[in-house]
Amino acid sequence: MNRRDFLLQSALTTSGTLLIPHFLKAYESRAMGQPMAPSGKILVVVQLSGGNDGLNTVVPYRNDIYYRERPGIAIKPDDVLKLNDEIGLHPAMTPLKALYDDGLLTVINNVGYPNPDRSHFRSMDIWQTATDSDKYSQTGWLGRYLDKSNSPEPYRTLEIDDTLSLALKGEQLNGLALLDPKKLYGQTRSGMVKKLSQEHDHEHETASYLYKTLAETVSSAEYVFGKANVKSTGTTYPASELGNRLKTVSQLIQSGVATSVYYVSISGFDTHINQPGQQERLLRQYAESVGAFMADLKTAGRQNDVMLMTFSEFGRRVKQNASNGTDHGTASNVFLIGGGMPSQRVMNEAPNLSDLTEGDLKYTVDFRQVYATLLRNYLGADDAAILGRKFDALKFV
Amino acid sequence: MNEAPESEPSKLANIRYLYSRAGFGATPVELTDAGRKPLRSVIKQLLTNGKQPFAELYVVDAETNVTKRNLKGMMRDGKLDRDMLKERIRQNVENVRDLNLQWLDRMASGENALLEKMALFWHGHFACRTMGQNPLLMQQYANTLRQNALGNFGELLMAVSKEPAMLQFLNNQQNRKNAPNENFAREVMELFTLGRASNGAPNYSEHDVKEAARAFTGWQFTPTGQFIFRPAVHDDGEKTIFGKTGPFRGEDVMGMLLEKPQTARFITSKIYRFFVNDTEDPKRVDDLARHFQKNYDIASLMERIFTADWFYDAKNVGAHIKSPVELLAGMRHTLGIQFDTPQPQIFVQRTLGQLLFYPPNVAGWPGGKNWIDSSSLLFRMQLPSYVLKAADVAVQPKEDGDVNTVSLARKGGQNFKTTVNWSVFETAFAKTPDADLPDALAAVLLPFPLRPDQRTLIDTQIKSGQTQSERIRLLTAALMSLPEYQLT
Repeated sequence: MNRRDFLLQSALTTSGTLLIPHFLKAYESRAMGQPMAPSGKILVVVQLSGGNDGLNTVVPYRNDIYYRERPGIAIKPDDVLKLNDEIGLHPAMTPLKALYDDGLLTVINNVGYPNPDRSHFRSMDIWQTATDSDKYSQTGWLGRYLDKSNSPEPYRTLEIDDTLSLALKGEQLNGLALLDPKKLYGQTRSGMVKKLSQEHDHEHETASYLYKTLAETVSSAEYVFGKANVKSTGTTYPASELGNRLKTVSQLIQSGVATSVYYVSISGFDTHINQPGQQERLLRQYAESVGAFMADLKTAGRQNDVMLMTFSEFGRRVKQNASNGTDHGTASNVFLIGGGMPSQRVMNEAPNLSDLTEGDLKYTVDFRQVYATLLRNYLGADDAAILGRKFDALKFV
Repeated sequence: MNEAPESEPSKLANIRYLYSRAGFGATPVELTDAGRKPLRSVIKQLLTNGKQPFAELYVVDAETNVTKRNLKGMMRDGKLDRDMLKERIRQNVENVRDLNLQWLDRMASGENALLEKMALFWHGHFACRTMGQNPLLMQQYANTLRQNALGNFGELLMAVSKEPAMLQFLNNQQNRKNAPNENFAREVMELFTLGRASNGAPNYSEHDVKEAARAFTGWQFTPTGQFIFRPAVHDDGEKTIFGKTGPFRGEDVMGMLLEKPQTARFITSKIYRFFVNDTEDPKRVDDLARHFQKNYDIASLMERIFTADWFYDAKNVGAHIKSPVELLAGMRHTLGIQFDTPQPQIFVQRTLGQLLFYPPNVAGWPGGKNWIDSSSLLFRMQLPSYVLKAADVAVQPKEDGDVNTVSLARKGGQNFKTTVNWSVFETAFAKTPDADLPDALAAVLLPFPLRPDQRTLIDTQIKSGQTQSERIRLLTAALMSLPEYQLT
């Protein structure tokens, strides 16, 4: 048999022959469908990967040092979408300015952590695990949230992606990653997956762990796919990766999927060279996608139930480099949108560009204060148990 | 170890298990050959092979390697234009990729299997991530791990700590007299030797770290990637470390660390969890560590483990989840698979979370159950279809955000092109009756015999009219798609 015949043969034999139609009802009938957060609130995390330049996102347009240090890339005062008489948004973020004007956007400046790490990977680890910068953890803050919830099922925390981030990995349980409910469902129905998932008991502990994970995956995939039947309100999303992913989130929310946390990332913010064009393209994509998402939720009457948080693993240095770009920095801004909170608009002081550490911004808000506030005051969870200690809450909820 | 005559199936199972732990699995031919010898001599052979002179990994010369920083300098001096600079940096990243693939080829080859397995363990232990896209430093680092993988732990510790890649990764170039940087000293203690604490008691104090950092000042490297001690930036004053006072240098600190029984205990525990069981057996580890501390001979420690009866206990067999690299190398070795293009192997490593030369952080890959979540498990179960049947790949790994590694991140979505050496694999089953094929193949591929329900499921692959060769191929792909194939 040559390779071609073999492929043909395999394709024929694996398609569908191993499936059995009946689902294990016992496994399915657990507390599916109840929201996990007592408040019924939903958190959507949008991660900007690569280190978004915070100073050109929220621009200190009255600051001489800003213009002196960034002769090639500073945003001109006239172009800035002004939030107050100190700072304003990048001109590509008109939809975000509209949300601000509607009282839906809160900007938190100078968010970071002690002893900052300038490696993408490491700093993202720190943000996702919520540990001190000299500690290592194998679990993420949302994974631990899932661990401690009263009805832990993988789909309670959902990442819209093909692979699962550390942020959603727990001690007992991991969140679920799916790019598209139909695609994941298809994967769990193919080959031997479905049939194998029904074989729970295994005398070997590690093997049982794999079978348990498989059963949870199949069950979660079936639940989400079965539930996700609501079409969007007709809001038009930009045809970008982030737009598509937020559209999926919106559909799942409107379908009543009992997921409390959604996680989405967009990459490309590592702008060492020729930053302006690239950052503009990404921020426009971000702002248009988020604008469409919030408009969609508003039409569906859900904008007060859903808060969207945006962060990046670090900001960039105050001084631009010789290639019209910026190098890795430290503190940056966090956006909070919607959620039915009283808007703080711009919550705290703008970055102090005359008080730097080796050319980098000093943080004044620990990112874990943001997490703690979201966990306790928004999601109604035990923040200290999840974060390992108590962090001072912020006044945005 | 018990050399009482064993039944053939249980001996085959033991040898299969040994090869899966001490190497990257076995081919049917290797199993048959090893089955004719006493288990002890099979172990001896694995250890001896590991001590033979070995071929270094080689992708770049010290003379022609130019670091990113120097490339940028060349651009400033007008010797390169922007496009040429970009191209040269891209080449450097590709050289690191090629180093990765070359090492993976060695693992998959089955030659010096224990040595390569041990070096992979040390890569996770002495975790070092590619910095500044410098392939030369990673090449030296990898060869140092491989050179010393089964040698003396003290020598390995010293050699790898002096590797420019490590000094750079842990910021020792910035550790200078009057401006100490503690990163290197802290990680040497916390991750390379002592561990943070034993039985709740800290193994070192913050003071020890501060003082040790002073001792490591002057450990630097040259632009061509040579370790150099620079007296000018070394702090030659007195330091007090672990209660001893003297004008210590880095070498002295390493000596003190090796004297501490906690170091032997910490390393032995990690080796136990990697090679035996993720759940430690404290008494066994204590016992092994006591012997290990006498001379820090890694090969003796491994021999003691592989020849122990308890190593083959039912509770250890199938208790280890293959790391992505173990999975990939093992699949390639067992079936003699060659990838016709390089990218899919990088893609698999990235998707499953273990990219050689890019460990997540200085603590290495966490391993064990951390490898498994819904997505990674489904991908692992699909992998045989991608590799053996060129099935559509519908998964895309995340970008890590670093603009410099995008050439490693090329999208998935493309079918794998591979060449499988089926004829050699099939020959081993030429005399196996059709009805026995599923169990015979399972005995080669899986840590446990097939359960009746699995056997029923697997049997559905067989149709009348298939040739034996067709059956072997279909059954192999099906068995490799079972969750048990993820275990050794």
